[in-house]
Amino acid sequence: MDYKAPLETYTGKIKEVVIGRGPKAIKIGGESILPLHYFEGAAARRPVVALEIDDSGAAGWTEWAVEPYQDVVSDPLKWAGKCLELGADLVCLHLESTDPQGANRPAAEAAALVRRLVKEIDAPLIVYGCGDDKKDVEVLVAVAEACRGENLLLGPAVKENYTDIARAVAENGHCIIAQTPIDINLEKELNVKLLKQLPPERIVIDPLSSALGYGMEYSFTIMERTRQVGVVYGDMAMQMPIIADLGRECWKTNQARADREQGMLWESITAMNLLLAGADILVLRHPDNCRLLKEAIEGKL
Amino acid sequence: MAIKGTDIVKRLPEGGKKNCKECGLPTCFAFAMKLASGGSAIEKCPYISPEVRSGLEDALAPPIRPVTIGTGANALVVGDETVLYRHEKTFVHQPGIAVLIADDESVEAVEGKIRKLKELKFGWVGQTLRADLLALQNKSGDPAKFTAIVNKVLPEVDCPLMLISQDTDALLAAHALCAGRKPLLYPVTAQNLEKVISAVKAKAAVLAVKGAGVESLVHLTKRLKEAGLEDILLDPGSRDLQSAVRDQTLIRRAALKQGFRALGYPTIAFPCFMTSDRRRETLLASMFIPKYAAVIVLSDIDEHSLLPLLVQRLNTYTDPRIPMSMEEKIYPINNPDAGSPVLITANWALTYFIVASEVEASKVPAWLCVKEAGGLGVLTAWAAGKFSGDSIAPFIRKCGIEGMVNHRRLVIPGKVARIRNELAEALPDWQIIVGPGDANEIPAYLPALVKSWKG
Repeated sequence: MDYKAPLETYTGKIKEVVIGRGPKAIKIGGESILPLHYFEGAAARRPVVALEIDDSGAAGWTEWAVEPYQDVVSDPLKWAGKCLELGADLVCLHLESTDPQGANRPAAEAAALVRRLVKEIDAPLIVYGCGDDKKDVEVLVAVAEACRGENLLLGPAVKENYTDIARAVAENGHCIIAQTPIDINLEKELNVKLLKQLPPERIVIDPLSSALGYGMEYSFTIMERTRQVGVVYGDMAMQMPIIADLGRECWKTNQARADREQGMLWESITAMNLLLAGADILVLRHPDNCRLLKEAIEGKL
Repeated sequence: MAIKGTDIVKRLPEGGKKNCKECGLPTCFAFAMKLASGGSAIEKCPYISPEVRSGLEDALAPPIRPVTIGTGANALVVGDETVLYRHEKTFVHQPGIAVLIADDESVEAVEGKIRKLKELKFGWVGQTLRADLLALQNKSGDPAKFTAIVNKVLPEVDCPLMLISQDTDALLAAHALCAGRKPLLYPVTAQNLEKVISAVKAKAAVLAVKGAGVESLVHLTKRLKEAGLEDILLDPGSRDLQSAVRDQTLIRRAALKQGFRALGYPTIAFPCFMTSDRRRETLLASMFIPKYAAVIVLSDIDEHSLLPLLVQRLNTYTDPRIPMSMEEKIYPINNPDAGSPVLITANWALTYFIVASEVEASKVPAWLCVKEAGGLGVLTAWAAGKFSGDSIAPFIRKCGIEGMVNHRRLVIPGKVARIRNELAEALPDWQIIVGPGDANEIPAYLPALVKSWKG
């Protein structure tokens, strides 16, 4: 019996999602192969890496993750610029200060900030609300309206609040992050519901990213299955790109807080795993890890 | 590509219609079904011809051969995997992590690495995590130096060993020093294959073959198998991330989906030879864990680089169908005393980790009681009847917390606020307090709670 390389062909194709507009727009998705299987077919494009910023001056960030941004964290505009300087493909803003349990900043203020950012920075923008179901509706709708036509990637839309957010996203020309709690059935259910309000080219899946040691393998497996269902089995409701918002999860672990190098590895290893599982956008905090993961993506590692 | 019982029966005596019952089963068909499921042995059939027997043995062997490196209690078993993706079933044999020592390193460096290999151990969810093998490399090119380091290390460590030399004579001479410990030899190539075959006896070594590409390994393993040497590991020679993903995937698929015997062996990976940067090396090693390597050789180990890899390995190889659980007991956090608050949660490891790390972040000393709940999270455990007032009350009584604190206030997870009344009835002397619904609220909640008690 002679060896014949067991190459596979795939029938499904991940949707192409465009974030941003004009010359600074980025396309993600579009691949019809399993993650990093470039030996089985060319990918229209490769995964991208975003660096995270927030509107609370990096409150609660581990010191090693703040260091590279020390002088700019109080100004999201400068901070975003620094992220791009340091190699990020795009910027991911978390609107931490809108949290009703924290600073409870009003939606209008958050929207004004995003509007300023999107006009000034030279890359597409991902915007996450604070994670409070109710407040996120207010904030994300305000952001969507204030940034009409800017094609932001906005979220999280969850099963409790997706209708209003999806409507604002559709009416104002943005893309949505569909977030579910590490459960492939809930994930598909939310996608199916969102597809009634938005085309698949405007949806990005966030199956929740857990840190290494804190459930990463669950995120890994959900992403791996999602990508297989989309590419191998051609399930149209699962063919959206995946975002892995993992940096914040990694840096809040005790292991990352205890030791700088261990923290660097906690984030980069989690990112490597979720890249192998199928993430199209990796959201990280540390620029050195951004560079490393880009090496991996570009075939330089 | 496991062979089916219906295919086996056709190969049995008289086309599976002899039905002599001498194997202990009523029919040849029943025997064939047992063979296919691994429940019987071919020897039980007294009439089977030697050719059919060896053919069936081959067909019934695991698609990826289990290989044991080393001997005794610390021997490492790798291979025998049956799936490409962990969600299909589970990955079973965790890859061995090897630490590389070159024979041109300083005495201090060598001793440092041996010490780290012996001493770096981590407790994680009730398990002890550590590296597994020591790899010795003849980097100096001097066979005498290689022999010297092998002789030095042999009495010092009892873990499985790996020997690496481009000089086959030096490799075989080193092997002769420790053949009784069944070391792993590397590299076996097209150039030294016959020399290795004539010098190494079966069961005295595991042979790691090196090729240039997946296909080049095929004739090497076929020849070794012919010579009766089947304890083999595969190195397709890829030395960058994406080629490695490709080769590891092709080998695993060939073995599992094509039933291609010549590639049905575990693989070995060398992050240590892929980069000179330690962080990149660790990241490459982390890729090889889900991407099928059975032995991963590192240039060095440190606490900060080894712990994440070992945790990743443990997580990747846990059965995705069984939740990880914590032992039922009281976990002290931030050095609590008799006046510290008492919290209770369910024993899914992730629940514990998240709650414990938030309590720790609150800086409030506290007692975290973890109740056995089938390894489920709080809400699922409640739904399954394993985290109800009736079952929590006896746990609180017998776990010993009543003797450890001078108060009777118990904080329950906000997600199961509904059990408050039944728990209060079952524990009339305790005040039941409903805590936050989400663990991330604990750092704000606990200090306020303690303050309210004092105030």
